[in-house]
Amino acid sequence: MRGPTIDWEALSPLIALVGGACVVLLVGLLRSGFVRRHVVPALTLAALGATIGLGIWQWGENTSIIENSLAIDDLTLALTMVFCVGGIATVLLSWRSSAKEEAGEGEYFSLLLTSILGMVVLVAAQNLVVLFLGFELLSIPLYVLCATHMRREQSLESGLKYLIIGSVGSATLLYGMALLYGATGSTDYTGIAEAESGDVLLFTGIALVVAGLAFKASVAPFHQWTPDVYEGAPTAVTGFMAVATKAAAFGVLLRLFDVALISFATTWGPALSVLAIVTIVVGNVGAIGQSSLKRLLAYSSVAQAGYMLAGVVVSTRLGIAATVFYLAVYTLMNLAAFAVIVARERESALGDDISTLYGLGADRPLLAWPMTIAMLALAGMPATAGFFGKLQLIRAAVDNDYGFLGVAIVIGSAISLAYYLRVIAAVWMRSPSEAVALRPSGRPVIAGGSQEADVEEPPPAVAARPRRQVEVAFVAVVCAVATIVFGVYPEPLFEVARDAGDALDSLV
Amino acid sequence: MTVHLSILIFWPLLLAVLGALAPRAVAPLFALVGALVPLGYAVIMLVDHDPDARGLQYVTDDAWIEELGIRYSLGVDGLNLWLVGLTTLLFAASALWLVLRPPVRPQLFAVHFGIAETAVLGSFLAQDLALFVLFFDLMLVPFYFLVGQWGGPERVAAALKMVIYTLVGSLLMLAAAVATAVLAGAGPDGSISFSLDELRANLLGEGTQKLLFAAFALAFLIKMPAFPLHGWMPDTYRNMPLPALAVFSGVVSKVAAYGFLRIVLPLFPAAAEDWQLILLILALCSILYGSIQAFTQTNIRLILGYSSVAQLGFITLGIFAFDDAAKGAQGALLQAVNHGLVVAPLFLIIALLAARAGGSEDIRDMGGIAFRAPVLATLFLIVTLATLAMPGSANFVGEFLILLGVFESRLAVAIIASTGVILASVYALRMYIRSMHNRQGPAVTSFEMSLRDAVVIVPLVAAIIAFALFPQRALDAGEPAVQAASQAVTGAGR
Repeated sequence: MRGPTIDWEALSPLIALVGGACVVLLVGLLRSGFVRRHVVPALTLAALGATIGLGIWQWGENTSIIENSLAIDDLTLALTMVFCVGGIATVLLSWRSSAKEEAGEGEYFSLLLTSILGMVVLVAAQNLVVLFLGFELLSIPLYVLCATHMRREQSLESGLKYLIIGSVGSATLLYGMALLYGATGSTDYTGIAEAESGDVLLFTGIALVVAGLAFKASVAPFHQWTPDVYEGAPTAVTGFMAVATKAAAFGVLLRLFDVALISFATTWGPALSVLAIVTIVVGNVGAIGQSSLKRLLAYSSVAQAGYMLAGVVVSTRLGIAATVFYLAVYTLMNLAAFAVIVARERESALGDDISTLYGLGADRPLLAWPMTIAMLALAGMPATAGFFGKLQLIRAAVDNDYGFLGVAIVIGSAISLAYYLRVIAAVWMRSPSEAVALRPSGRPVIAGGSQEADVEEPPPAVAARPRRQVEVAFVAVVCAVATIVFGVYPEPLFEVARDAGDALDSLV
Repeated sequence: MTVHLSILIFWPLLLAVLGALAPRAVAPLFALVGALVPLGYAVIMLVDHDPDARGLQYVTDDAWIEELGIRYSLGVDGLNLWLVGLTTLLFAASALWLVLRPPVRPQLFAVHFGIAETAVLGSFLAQDLALFVLFFDLMLVPFYFLVGQWGGPERVAAALKMVIYTLVGSLLMLAAAVATAVLAGAGPDGSISFSLDELRANLLGEGTQKLLFAAFALAFLIKMPAFPLHGWMPDTYRNMPLPALAVFSGVVSKVAAYGFLRIVLPLFPAAAEDWQLILLILALCSILYGSIQAFTQTNIRLILGYSSVAQLGFITLGIFAFDDAAKGAQGALLQAVNHGLVVAPLFLIIALLAARAGGSEDIRDMGGIAFRAPVLATLFLIVTLATLAMPGSANFVGEFLILLGVFESRLAVAIIASTGVILASVYALRMYIRSMHNRQGPAVTSFEMSLRDAVVIVPLVAAIIAFALFPQRALDAGEPAVQAASQAVTGAGR
C-alpha cells in the first residue's frame, strides 16, 4: 500500500492558487481599512502573477499527476494563463467597485481565486470525477460572486438565476457522466476512449454531457440565462464570466471530446456542428436589438462560443490550436470592452445602457479607442487579433472538410457587424445630449430598502467631475494595445496555441 | 529586397498617427506630408519602371506568419504601377484640399485618411492573398468613420449600410481565400501557403474554382459597385464628405477591378472562362442601368455615382473580354486609371458648385454658374469631355480598346455595350449644361474659383490632359502583365 506519488513541481500553479485563496481570505479579516481595500487585491494579483510565472516554468513539461487524474500539459497551462489574465483584469476592475465592499474584501477575492482554481482543475481533468470536482469548484464561487452587489435587486436575481440554471446544468452533466461510466465501465478519459463501440446508453450519455457543458459555455439553445445573468452581475464579475468561464468550458470540451470521445467523432461531430451553427445564428441575431451593453456582449459571447465550437468539432490539433488562439484573443478584446463599461458605469448615471457611450470619442479618447478596437476585433476586422482568430478557425474548419462551418462563421460575422458597429457609432457619431438619464431603481426590499424611505434625487446624466480610475483605463488600454499588437504580429500567440494543440497527441 | 514599398505603404499611416498627436491647426499638414511622400515615390517609380522587364520590381518578400503560410510580400509590375500612381495623386490632391479647407476635428480626419491610403496602397501592392484580403478589408474601416463622423444628414445609417453590404462580400472572400490556400496546399510538402506565385503554380480543380470564383467575384462586384449589388452606393455617395468621396470613388472601386486581374483570373482561370458570359451580362446591365440612372438623377453626386457604375461596367467588360491579344483587359486597366483621374476632380468641383448654388447639390437649383466663372467652367468642361470619352482623351482610347476586345470575342455584347458610349455623352453633357448654362438658378450667385481651389483642381486637370497626350506609356507598362493575366484564361481554355 503506498500513496500516490505527487509531482510538486507540476502541481505548483494549483498550489499558488489555493495558497493565495487562503491567504487572501485571512488577510481580509484584518480590521485596517487600508489592508482590506488595497493589500487584499494586491495579494490576489500576486497569487495570479505567481500562477502565471509557475505556468511558464512548467511550460513544455507535459506531465500527468496524481495517478493520471490531472494533466498539467501545455493546453492546461495555456488556458491557465487565460484564466489568470482574466482574473488580473477582474481584480483591477473591482479595485474600487462597491460590490466587494458589500460582500467583504477577503471573501470576494478569495472566491475569485477559488473559481480560477476550479477552472484549472476542470481543464486539467483526465477523469470524469475530477472533471465534476473542477466544474463545481468553478461554479459555486461564481454563483456567489454574481450576487455580491447586494444592494441591487438585479445582482441578487442574477446570482439566484445562475445558481438554479447552473445546478440544472451540473445535474445534467452528472447524469450524462453516469451513463458514460455505465456504457464504458471507466471514468478515465483513456478508458472511455478504449471503449469498443457505441450503444444507445453511450450516446445518451454523450448528449447529456454536451447539454451540461453547453450550459456553462452558453451554447444555444442552452444560453438563455446568459443575458440575464451578465446584465445583473457586477460588471467586473460579468467580464470574468465572459472570458474565463468561457475558456474553461471550451477547455473541457476540447479535452473531453477530442480525447475521451474521439473514437465516436462521427456521431457527435454532426450534432455539435448543428449546435455551432444554431449558436452563431441565435447569438448574433439576439444581440442586434439590445440596448444594454452587457446584454449585447452576452449575446456576442454566445455567438463567439459558436465560432469556437467549430474549432472543437473539427477535432484536429489545428482545431485545438485555433480554439486556444481564439480564446486568448477573445479574452483580450472582451476585457477591453468590459473595462470601458466599468469606467462608464461609475462616471455616468446611465448604467450600462448604450447611450452611456455617447460622445465618448470627443471627450475620453483613452476609453473611446479601446472600445472601438475591441468592437472591431470582435467583428474580425483586419489589423486586430480577431482577424487572425477567425482566419485560423476558418482554416481549421476547411482543413478537415467542415467548410460549411467556415461559411457559418463568415455569415455570423457579417450579421454581427450590425451591433458591433452600433456601439462604435455610439462612441463616435452621437452627442451626449441625445442620452436620456435612467431613474435609479433604489435599494431592493430584500436588501433592506424601502420605496417610501429611499426617495432619491436622480443623479445628473454625466457626473460633474469623473473620478480618476487609472487602473480601469489601464486594463482597457493594455488589452486594446495587445489586440492590435497580436493583430500585426500574432506569431508568439500562434506558437503558444500550437504547443497547446500538440499537447493532445491522440489527434492528427 | 527593398524597403521602398513598405515606406510607400506605411508612411501615410505613420504621419496620420503623428498628426493625431499634433495640434489641431497643423493636423491636415501632417496628412499632406503623409500623402506627398508616397506621391514622390510613385513618380520616381513611374519614371524608373522598366517596361521590358517581366515580373515584379522592388520586391519585398519576408516571412510574416509562418504558422499560416502568410508572407509579407509586395511588388510592382505593369498591373499596379499606374494604379499606385493614381492613388498617391488623388490622396495628395485630397490632402491638399483638407489643408486649405480644414474639416472639424482635423486630427481624427487625418488619422482615418492616412489609414485609408495605407490600406489602398497595401491592397494594390500585396503579392500574398491573405495580405491582399487584409488590406482590402481594412479599407472599409476608415471610410466607415469618415462617412459616419463627417458625413451628411443620414451619415450613421449610410455608414452602417455601406459596411454591411461590402463586408458581406469581403468576409466571403476571406473564407474563399482561406479555402484556396488550404485546398491548394501550395507550400513545401503540401503545407498551407497564401503566396500568389505558389498559388498560381498549383491551380485547383474546376468545380472548386467555380465556387471560389463566385465568392471573390461577389466581393469585387459589391465593392465596384456593379449592377444588382449597388444598393449601398446612393446613400454612401450622398453622405460621404467630398474630399473622402473623391478618393473613395477614384481608387477604392479600382481595387476591385484590379483584384479581378491580379487574383481572380490567374488563380481561377477555368472558372473565369465558365463564368465569362454571366460577368459580361452583369457588366452590360451595369452600363445600361448606370447610364439611365445617371440620366434621371438630379443630385449631382448620384449622377456621378451612377456614372461610376456604368464606367466600372465598361472596365469589367474589358477584363472579361478574353480576346486573343488581351486588348480588352488593357483597355480596362487604362480605363481604371482614367476614371479615377476624372471622377476625383469632379467631386471636388461639386463642392465649388454647391458653394455657388446656395449649398444645394441638386442640378435643378443650379444653372448659369458659368456666367461669371469662365475658368471654373473651362476646367469642368475638360473633365466632362474626358468623362464622356471624347476622342482625344485617354478615356476614348480606353473605351475603344475595351470595345475592340469585346468585338473580337463576343460581337453581340459589344454592340449593346457601344450604346453605353452614347449614353455617357448624354448624361455627362446634361450634368454640365444644367449646372453651368441654362437659366440661372434661384439661389445661384456665380463667382470665379479662388486660387485656393485652383491649386487642387488645376493639377488634376493637367494630369488628365497629360495622360490624354501620352496614354501609350501606361499601355506599354501594363501590356505584359495584363496579357499574362488574361491569357492565363484563354490559354487554359485551349
